[in-house]
Amino acid sequence: MKFSENWLRSWVNPALSSDELGHVLTMAGLEVEGMEAVAPAFNNVVVAEVIEVVKHPNADRLNVCQVNVGEASPLTIVCGAANVAVGVKVPCARIGALLPGDFAIKQAKVRNVESFGMLCSEKELGLAEDSQGLWLLPSDAPVGKTLREYLELDDQLFTLKLTPNRSDCSGMVGIAREVSALTGSALQPLNIAEQPVTLAEQWPVNVADAQACPLYCGRLVRGVNAAAVTPTWMLRRLERSGLRGISAVVDITNYVMLEMGQPLHAFDVAKLSGGITVRKARNAEELILLNEQTVKLDEEVLVIADDARVLALAGIMGGQGSGVETTTQDVFLESAFFHPDAIAGRARRFGLATDSSFRFERGVDFAATRQALERATQLLLEICGGCVGAITEVRGQMPKREPIALRRSRVARVLGISLDNDQIADLFTRLQFEFTANSPLPNPPPMPSPQSSPASGRGGEREKQSSIPAGEGAVAASARHLLDDDYRVTPPSFRFDLSIESDLIEELARLYGYDNIPAQAPQAALTMLPYSELQRPLARIQQILVARDYQEIVSYAVVDAQVERELCGNENPVALQNPIASNLAVMRSSLIGGLVGALRFNLNRKQARVRLFEAGACFARANAKENNGYAQSQRLSGLAYGAVQPEQWGGAANPVDFYDVKADVEALFAPQPLRFVAATHPALHPGRTAQIFCGEQMVGWLGELHPHWQQQYDMAQAAVWFEIELGALTATTVPRMTEIAKFLPVRRDLAVLVDETVAAQALLDAMRGASAPGVIEVALFDVYRGKGVEQGKKSLAFRVLLQDTEKTLTDSEIEPSIALLVDVMQQQGAQLRM
Amino acid sequence: MQELQQILDQALQQFAAISDEAELEQVKAKYLGKEGSLTALLKGLGKLSAEERPAAGARINQVKQGIEAALQQRRDALQQSKLAQKLAAEALDVTLPGRGLGSGGLHPVTRTLERIEQLFHSLGFATASGPEIERDFYNFTALNIPENHPARAMHDTFYIDPQHVLRTHTSPVQVRYMEANQPPLKIISPGRVYRFDSDATHSPMFHQVEGLWVDEEISFANLKGVVQDFLQRFFERDDLRVRFRPSFFPFTEPSAEMDMSWKDGWLEIGGCGMVHPNVLKHVNIDSEKYLGFAFGLGVERLAMLRYGVSDLRQFYESDLRFLKQFN
Repeated sequence: MKFSENWLRSWVNPALSSDELGHVLTMAGLEVEGMEAVAPAFNNVVVAEVIEVVKHPNADRLNVCQVNVGEASPLTIVCGAANVAVGVKVPCARIGALLPGDFAIKQAKVRNVESFGMLCSEKELGLAEDSQGLWLLPSDAPVGKTLREYLELDDQLFTLKLTPNRSDCSGMVGIAREVSALTGSALQPLNIAEQPVTLAEQWPVNVADAQACPLYCGRLVRGVNAAAVTPTWMLRRLERSGLRGISAVVDITNYVMLEMGQPLHAFDVAKLSGGITVRKARNAEELILLNEQTVKLDEEVLVIADDARVLALAGIMGGQGSGVETTTQDVFLESAFFHPDAIAGRARRFGLATDSSFRFERGVDFAATRQALERATQLLLEICGGCVGAITEVRGQMPKREPIALRRSRVARVLGISLDNDQIADLFTRLQFEFTANSPLPNPPPMPSPQSSPASGRGGEREKQSSIPAGEGAVAASARHLLDDDYRVTPPSFRFDLSIESDLIEELARLYGYDNIPAQAPQAALTMLPYSELQRPLARIQQILVARDYQEIVSYAVVDAQVERELCGNENPVALQNPIASNLAVMRSSLIGGLVGALRFNLNRKQARVRLFEAGACFARANAKENNGYAQSQRLSGLAYGAVQPEQWGGAANPVDFYDVKADVEALFAPQPLRFVAATHPALHPGRTAQIFCGEQMVGWLGELHPHWQQQYDMAQAAVWFEIELGALTATTVPRMTEIAKFLPVRRDLAVLVDETVAAQALLDAMRGASAPGVIEVALFDVYRGKGVEQGKKSLAFRVLLQDTEKTLTDSEIEPSIALLVDVMQQQGAQLRM
Repeated sequence: MQELQQILDQALQQFAAISDEAELEQVKAKYLGKEGSLTALLKGLGKLSAEERPAAGARINQVKQGIEAALQQRRDALQQSKLAQKLAAEALDVTLPGRGLGSGGLHPVTRTLERIEQLFHSLGFATASGPEIERDFYNFTALNIPENHPARAMHDTFYIDPQHVLRTHTSPVQVRYMEANQPPLKIISPGRVYRFDSDATHSPMFHQVEGLWVDEEISFANLKGVVQDFLQRFFERDDLRVRFRPSFFPFTEPSAEMDMSWKDGWLEIGGCGMVHPNVLKHVNIDSEKYLGFAFGLGVERLAMLRYGVSDLRQFYESDLRFLKQFN
């Protein structure tokens, strides 16, 4: 909501500066988002009339003008503007004037002719970015009057960021009411007289849906001059509220909307066929709106129709072909109360957001519907003339305003401060909330004027009694007698956000001033948080990767569908219905896309070694019943590219490979053992990919990026990537100590030759599964190919540790176990090397 | 006996001139070896009379001890010098850089989240989490935002299907937590949230942390106390001022916008309020018995202010030159 401060001050004029007023509004929940001066500072500029223009004797492009500034004798001013002419009215900066940009106007000789001021353009006065020649003012501009006064330039534009609950402040009357409540300044009432009826004709109105439209007021005005010029004062207020002038009739309806918060609509009677009907649209009915958009309607949408067609989207926007034009002679003016439920969301459905829908969907004061129509009529007669018919009013069930019970004790519990009866009574009175007492009182509380309250709620602690004026002792006395649960507060018709006790408590707090509520540490029983040792904190897991030289990234969980298809083989990703961009259209099913994207970003910035990780959710379609329709798993994923170590002296720069990253993955799980099973993945090299198993559970992937993608993404080297279900990493066990063996272990090494196709894991599994007595550990420590090993074979060397808890093992005890291990390896095709 | 003195002098002279251990041992033999001159003298003692023998023997032994001491001294000196040479030869250029892996780092948002969590944990808040694809019900309806409510437009929601959205705040976590747990409750819910917005200060995905405290006597004054305490501790500034402005959120009442003093003005830092009775009703918590407050803070906003980051989008570009600055 944007408005002119001067307009507001014509209703309520507290003794506050613009900044102070802005602060009061902001601290009351009407956030002042913007405040700008209508014009920059300048002075000594008056309306002047040029009465003589003579060529400058010494300069072709200059004129010497005689200018009337409303004084006995005219001023001589040298002017270079091309549009200077006898009879024009222009702004004249007099000697001593200071214009924007610290431009001081002095008496000066311009090529030997004395000049006593300057005729100004809009640009010179800081009112336009650019302008051609002098600013020509209207012919009726009063000569001699200061320009600031004439154009009301000493004004500020306020922009309020209205919260959805405060529709009452979407009209000047509401903002003024609020300022009055906040500051105690008197509110000037708007005098709206009932307009005498001069036309014995009424236009028929039928409200078919009284629930959606509980009140409809309409009236016929015949013989208007729709081509009349909108008065300057009205245009100025419209423009300062961000509305353009359109035509007199439309401007009037807009003006009343800004003034009273009540949207109005004017129909051209000549374009109506029969009476007005307010009804739900029929399925597939169509309407071309004023903005030329064609909308397809259904039974959810409330419309204004005549006998032939739909005329307007009720409370949202009028249609083409029924609106008022400058040739219109007869007007049907509509002022209605559409129920918020009947309007809410409808404009958004059609991609619309209008001044009208904004107000109706939040709630418009239904006690002012008829008044607004009278006000519009009054302005219409003043500006366009015409004969006025009687108001047709169709009234249904208006929204209820049930009294709300309020307990003083509850106020204290919720806010943490106690307000006494006098304070509560004062605050409600200022808000124009009617309240009554449950128990009979000696005097029913009248509604005092809000004169007495201090300027604002930000002045710190307010004295308890100061808010009740001396002369209104009766109210104070009656309020003082109210019991805790005695308040019954009836919300006014202009408020749609008050239905429960909390709503009232918020109002009290708001007006009392949030600043005046102290900040207090809570008091509560202390208990410790549970801290399960069966869960490793994510932070500790992340720290393992950080220590292994990985940098964490955070990437969007919304990715390009192409990335999902290519790198994850996901043809059916979870997609957004309304993506913000085509590359942010589907939910990631893996973290690989973000990591590869980040790698490419950094390679393009000359990074040669990139090691990244991310922890985050991945998404997939899932069983609707169990998973809400979508599986969302937290994962940890990493990517390494370039040399194993940063470039350094004293060692060769080996490119990172599968096994380097495998060690990182193993470190994450340590001391839990993992198994790696060869597999294929759309993003990965088919011969260099493994599924990671922790126990029986498949917990992730490890592999080298497929050469195809490496080439496509312009990577000089292969990147190695892993991804792990976070749950498998965080789950852990509480350690139990076992006795340390008293006898030292015995080590035996076994070297075997096997075909290249035999996986080391197969031999390890065979040996570990052999249950050889005394064997406590079997591990691979060397792989050899080359001299002494024939092509297509490899030599694997294993370390075997044997130990007994009771005694030192002898050779005769060791040999059978070793023989057993050799035997099971031979069954896998291995050949013992001597 | 002049001969003895000569032998001693000669030995000492010779030892001093030797700089090689092996040579020293050879020279030692000249005096103390089987054929050595002192050994010969000792052998010659037998020829002396019984009266002369003790005195002569004592003199020879004295010289022998002198020679042995000098020899040992020379051995030590030579070893010391050899060690010194070895150490000198082994000296390193200690200014050469260390070798091995570098070290990575956490994302500034993670770093900020950890800090936030630690501060709230110190006050007994537990951390709760929930799904990012959220049911419309939890994201809106259960938070007192019915269909068609203008507040839904405030959220600029991404829809997955008519019943599911990308959560626009982490408040649904509070609802889920309240469904599953009985008061008193004290949680924070950090996490990613999504809104249809993108510029230097808005990102379609960002992080929020919300807090919730439900107990029998929890007031708006307590909300102010906790939030102010947090912001002062987070920024490590006791003089940081926090301002609460009336605002509107469907799920809290009274509601407030929180501003904090920053440079010469005020900066919006989040929203908060007393949990709306309708929200408690949805999760079967008796709003007569229990009161609660809730607040929400933008994590990136806090990180930007704390670390001087000017463009929100930098958090998601994964530029190592940016990220490494926070390690």
